[in-house]
Amino acid sequence: MKIARVAGTVVSTFNAPIFDHQRLLLCDYLTPGGEATGDYVIAVDVVDAGAGETVLILDEGTGARQIMGEEVAPIRAVIVGIIDEIDA
Amino acid sequence: MHLGRVIGTVVATERTPDLDGVKFLIVQPLTRDLKDRGRPVIAADGVAMAGPGELIYFVGSREAAQAMPEPFVPVDHAVVGIVDQLTVDPLPRKRKAKK
Repeated sequence: MKIARVAGTVVSTFNAPIFDHQRLLLCDYLTPGGEATGDYVIAVDVVDAGAGETVLILDEGTGARQIMGEEVAPIRAVIVGIIDEIDA
Repeated sequence: MHLGRVIGTVVATERTPDLDGVKFLIVQPLTRDLKDRGRPVIAADGVAMAGPGELIYFVGSREAAQAMPEPFVPVDHAVVGIVDQLTVDPLPRKRKAKK
């Protein structure tokens, strides 16, 4: 899993069915020290993360589908936690 | 998933039978600020709606095939959504001091 900061939202009408009624957030990956790495990911939010929050991202398909309760779906990145504190 | 811009289409008549009916798009991967990032990739159109010029998001690797009606197909990138609206905060230069 990776640390990221929620930087924005992505809204789409035409998408794969798995993304219907899901919030897609654009997240910047961070180093443990809190600096942006320059890389980003668009992830499904299942924990109600807000803008600017530091979150935990799972970027792995099987685990993502397990969370979404689907056996077959084109999904990989999911926000699985909101980080309160990093001690690095 | 990452943002991308559809910059063209690819037609291949001779193809593995698993790929029948699959539409191929040339997608330029983008950064969060919509600048070009790396080389374009050929992605299957998982929404069957995307066309040149559109801002989309796509998924790579094994998950791409699962965007197709038949999930066991040789596809490594797939467009899975068309972006209607994108809001992105500017990237902060330095992180604020820890509380």
